[in-house]
Amino acid sequence: MSLGLEAVNIQKSYNGNEVLKECSFSFIESGIYVLTGTNGCGKSTFLRICSLLEEPDRGEIRYVSRGNTAEKDLGLRRRISLVLPKVGIFNTTVLRNVSYGLTIRGIKGREAEQKALRALEFVGLGPKKRQGALTLSSGETQRLGIARALVIQPEILFLDEPTASVDQRNTEIIEEIILSMKKQSHLTTIMTTHDARQAERLADTLIQIKDGKVISM
Amino acid sequence: MSLIDALLQALNLIVHLDRELIDIIVLSLKVSGTALIIATLVGLPLSAFLGFKKFPLRGLIISILHTFMGLPPVVVGLFVYLLLSRSGPLGFIGLLYTPSAMIIAQTILAFPIVTSLGHSAIVSVDPIIKQASMTLGATPFQVSLTIIREARYGIMSAFIAAFGRVMAEVGAILTVGGNIAGYTRVMTTTIALETDKGNFELALALGIILLAISLIINSLLHVFQKKNIAGAGR
Repeated sequence: MSLGLEAVNIQKSYNGNEVLKECSFSFIESGIYVLTGTNGCGKSTFLRICSLLEEPDRGEIRYVSRGNTAEKDLGLRRRISLVLPKVGIFNTTVLRNVSYGLTIRGIKGREAEQKALRALEFVGLGPKKRQGALTLSSGETQRLGIARALVIQPEILFLDEPTASVDQRNTEIIEEIILSMKKQSHLTTIMTTHDARQAERLADTLIQIKDGKVISM
Repeated sequence: MSLIDALLQALNLIVHLDRELIDIIVLSLKVSGTALIIATLVGLPLSAFLGFKKFPLRGLIISILHTFMGLPPVVVGLFVYLLLSRSGPLGFIGLLYTPSAMIIAQTILAFPIVTSLGHSAIVSVDPIIKQASMTLGATPFQVSLTIIREARYGIMSAFIAAFGRVMAEVGAILTVGGNIAGYTRVMTTTIALETDKGNFELALALGIILLAISLIINSLLHVFQKKNIAGAGR
């Protein structure tokens, strides 16, 4: 494993409402880390801060690469990826959505298409590659979001409530995908869920958040 | 001449591709098309700048652009006339009563429409798109391009709305172009002149062509607006 994460005393407020109060978390080994807690406990905010999408008010996020603290620059951002609960699908085909991360890295044409297709097949969306992405069901949209993140081969994948708005069948498929990712690569997955049973099914390490604080790990 | 006779003669002109008719249509498309291209080249980057950057006078600029969307063409014509007339600040260039003067006037009319509607299209892209592209490792420039691409149907609507406006206006181009036969005479000014003269067949023929162009423009606008609404429902 080459990329570790340390979140130290993270605090975050929105409009005077303190969402995170000195939240700390770290890992050095790959695996599946599941942040769990009730709705509104701050787990999604914590995930967004850990994935560098938001800045904390106080505290520090440190990424450690081969024993050294990594600069929080584009290079580091390209080694991690976050799938949001509302995925943010681009108004184009399924295949082009998945190739996006490759295109912005300068990988184009046949190489990009083959990599994107492999990622789509991994999440079971291969046959829908030419379909308009906005026509997918919510479960398929989540799987597309995961494929779009996986194709860029991140070292850490953040998943924010990946099954919150999908049916039972797609929940099972997404859980299988998450477990397959662990088997097939050294990818570290950090995800949030409010479903305690799902957390137990998937987690190598379970992290409970309550009232903006990590209460057990 | 009865309306039916005028209509039949107008159709005859269209079917036989009358030379004068074709020249007038081509000049109209040239003037309005060029004005639209210039307005887009300046307006689209400005609409993106207004959409992405926050700065103190941003709100005021957007309000001014919204207001200018309804500029009366004849006022624009007067303004350009005063600018280009012999005693005006730019009179030495000698552009008055030329197609270039008509292009300048129509650019001024199209610019606020392209910029304002283009800006609306860009800011109405779901903020999740920006976040999604950031989480996939896009640079700030790539994020901006992604947002513009997502706003493409709205931007096309802005483009078509501006084209419809300049193609149909008569006040500005009549004031600065002068309606000179074979040189600055376009569809709308010809319709006005020929109606005054009682030559309804050419006026009607051009009216039919203008209506057909308007129908095409509005059909395209409808298509792009539908695609835009579909995109907004992601």
